[in-house]
Amino acid sequence: MPADLPVITLNASPAAGSAQSLRLSRAVWSFGLAAVLGAVLLPIAVVLAHLFVPTGDLWAHLASTVLPRYVVNTLWLIAGVGVLTLIGGVGTAWLVSLCRFPGRRFFSWALLLPFAMPAYVIAYTYTGLLDFSGPVQTGLRDLFGWSAGDYPAPNIRSLTGAIVMLSLVLYPYVYLLSRSAFLEQSICSLEVSRTLGCTPAQAMRRVALPLARPSIVAGLALALLEALNEFGAMQHFGVDTFTTGIFRVWLADGSPAAAAKLASVFLIFVIAILVLERRSRGRAAFHNLSIRYRPLPGWRLTGWRAAFAVIFCATPIVFGFAAPAAALLWWTWLSAAEVVNTDFVRLLLTSVALAGSAAAITVAVALFLAYAARGSASRLFRGLTRLAAIGYAVPGAVLAVGIVIPFAALDERINAFGAENFGLTPGLIFSGTVFALLFAYAVRFLAISYGAVDSGLTRITGHMDDAARTLGASATGVIRRIHTPMLQPSIAAAGLLIFVDVLKELPATLLLRPFGIDTLALRTYEYATDEQLVEAAPSALAIVLAGILPVILLSRAMRRSSEPREAEAVAPIAAGAPL
Amino acid sequence: MTTAPTGPRLTIDSLSHRFDRVTALEDVSLEIGGGEILALLGPSGCGKSTLLRLVAGLEAIQHGTIAFGGRAVSGANGLDLPPERRDVGFLFQDYALFPHLSTADNVAFGLQHLGDAERRKRVGELLERVGVSALAAAYPHTLSGGQQQRVALARALAPSPGMLLLDEPLSGLDARLRHGLADTLLAILRETGTTAVVVTHDPEEAMYVADRIGVLRDGRLMQFGAPAAVYNRPANPFVANFLSDSNRLTGIVGDSGTIDTVWGTVGSGSLPAGAEAQILVRYEGVGFGGDGAVRARILRSRPVGSGAVIVLEAADRPGETLYARAPAGRAPREGDCVAVTLDPAHVFVFPSANAT
Repeated sequence: MPADLPVITLNASPAAGSAQSLRLSRAVWSFGLAAVLGAVLLPIAVVLAHLFVPTGDLWAHLASTVLPRYVVNTLWLIAGVGVLTLIGGVGTAWLVSLCRFPGRRFFSWALLLPFAMPAYVIAYTYTGLLDFSGPVQTGLRDLFGWSAGDYPAPNIRSLTGAIVMLSLVLYPYVYLLSRSAFLEQSICSLEVSRTLGCTPAQAMRRVALPLARPSIVAGLALALLEALNEFGAMQHFGVDTFTTGIFRVWLADGSPAAAAKLASVFLIFVIAILVLERRSRGRAAFHNLSIRYRPLPGWRLTGWRAAFAVIFCATPIVFGFAAPAAALLWWTWLSAAEVVNTDFVRLLLTSVALAGSAAAITVAVALFLAYAARGSASRLFRGLTRLAAIGYAVPGAVLAVGIVIPFAALDERINAFGAENFGLTPGLIFSGTVFALLFAYAVRFLAISYGAVDSGLTRITGHMDDAARTLGASATGVIRRIHTPMLQPSIAAAGLLIFVDVLKELPATLLLRPFGIDTLALRTYEYATDEQLVEAAPSALAIVLAGILPVILLSRAMRRSSEPREAEAVAPIAAGAPL
Repeated sequence: MTTAPTGPRLTIDSLSHRFDRVTALEDVSLEIGGGEILALLGPSGCGKSTLLRLVAGLEAIQHGTIAFGGRAVSGANGLDLPPERRDVGFLFQDYALFPHLSTADNVAFGLQHLGDAERRKRVGELLERVGVSALAAAYPHTLSGGQQQRVALARALAPSPGMLLLDEPLSGLDARLRHGLADTLLAILRETGTTAVVVTHDPEEAMYVADRIGVLRDGRLMQFGAPAAVYNRPANPFVANFLSDSNRLTGIVGDSGTIDTVWGTVGSGSLPAGAEAQILVRYEGVGFGGDGAVRARILRSRPVGSGAVIVLEAADRPGETLYARAPAGRAPREGDCVAVTLDPAHVFVFPSANAT
């Protein structure tokens, strides 16, 4: 509808109809938004504030001894993971979207499988596979009659090993986002290559890549943020980074303040990645808005080219998923009798309960935010709702520090107050309970649920609300008969993604877990720390199996929509960020 | 066959509406009888859609009153009935079909109060009436624009509303489908005696479907009346030009009560001698041949649809041009020299815009 007035245009955005249908007062929305924003920004603010808090000798000691190593390792990690995920992600995306070769359809969804493999699980698995008594070295010795020292054994427990492990499971971010970008622009690159006589390779270099750059960079930023967040793999490989440093300073040195200071320096790296991503996008405002889309004939590969394409696409799937999954299956078979008992079932139930509650809370908050944004014509208000999704960028360890410090202070106050006035010390109400953990999950994963719910909600136009009202539905009737059924898939998807992410989450869980709480991720970590990699397999396998669910969700969405637009809509959900 | 109108009379009294600082409606009053069809006509941004949403109760009323059949639905003493209690149907320009429901379920949405069998029967009747029976099980995204429009119409009509409100109902369709749907719509409205308000920017559409036309501009009601009256006796230059493309000439009323223009002498209407006048001459009011005193050369003559648009240049006044429209078969050819006469029925004289 060509809106009657410029101002009405604002009003007639998707929210037009809800002026009457959702008569929650503005104050309620504003208050709720302020509360959510406060909760999300509190840990970040606490950590950043420590940049300026003097923390005495320990920090001076850290700064002169380990800090340079953290910085160097982190920079190498960013460089290594950046290069490998770019090559793997963009290369495979280009092959499956713009070329034709045997197995292309299979590869286009199977390339997502490594998403299911948490970095620490793949790190533990390869350690077990490649160490002296592992199947690879044993096999080589048996095969060639070698004994120890006869052959060079690569040391996987190194920075290089960590870079390879992380890249194997993080490249799907780059793959997913560049794939949808290539599909979206395919018509453009086709026409250019036709009219200007470009070869497909030239079209790639001169047109498709520059056009896809914002998406590629977005995927890369997500992969790098995940790499910075990683704790389990780094710890196991003995690579000192900020994340492992925060753990050491906090747990070994017993100084949350110094840990927060470390975290604040760490956040600078995170912010740098975000800013670079933003700038790269800001200058590249050429989003293809054309609705025209025709499937491309593609570049038909034959002979050695086709063989190379198959090998190139199969490599990350084999090493990033198939091999470690097979090892986990085998070890689970070996250790199940010993490990899988009633204790394991309790572990499973605890994990499911924790992940389920986190998913429910996070989706509920996301629903609130999405409706707040929908009901508001104010651009500031909408911007603020998006700001609430910033938590996805904050590493779990940093988040844990930022949550424990204020909550512990609050508990201290409450206990002091209780002791003074009532002779009661209620204990660690906020910092030592599951409250802190759920709080951390909600902050970290809000972006995922908000992205999913918001994209679902924008499909319900204001006119649909209006139509339902004029057909006799009350405001609650509109929610029940239109919004609920239309939002259900988005809510389910958001819930599932968060459920799985919480199941996998390690650093924040490890730092914030209340006494007596044990989860699949924690148990896997504990076994691995004790070098009991075979015993770690059942819990790790359970996490991987759960991780396959979102992959199925994603690949179904990809297949259902031959149109890239929909795949693109799914991508940020999968990637977990409305960057 | 005529049925007594069942739809309510619609009374709108001194309605004003603002969005922030922008005035959308300014003191609009009008009334139509039960079963009548009102077209709200105007360019985009004139406030017509706002008026429609106010009638439906989709926009909260700010000033003025709206009454159905003499009973206020909004305005008096803070009264503002919610849309679901107004007994109105609304047809949206973008159709707004519910994507998660099949065609049949979309139409059944407003029939909650009926039993299953009755509801199914009513849905079947409606789909048949608008000619999409075969699509009962289809989902909206599989339908063409014209089919979606028909389903949306069936859905809006299903609860037998006393009043149907239509926002640019035909503008999304291509010309071929337009008349078909317009006739279906008119036939149903007449059969059921439903009162209707149609918002449109297309004067032909308004004239074709409406019993009453209200022309809006910048939130003000410029003229309200029967289509023929609005067309033949426009109240001001805006209405005259909006209903049909016009040439704009200027002149001064002479002592004899006429105005001399390049293209001939026209009557002055009620303007006094010496007054500055603006004269609107509709394209179709320019005639050729006969004993016209003014001669002109045909600069351009191009077939446009069923007629031709012609550009003339006065033979003795180079640079003075006039647009005309003629049936395609009778259009003069480019380069011809013709005599020009102005048809007084298509010539409207108003005081000059500068005069006041």
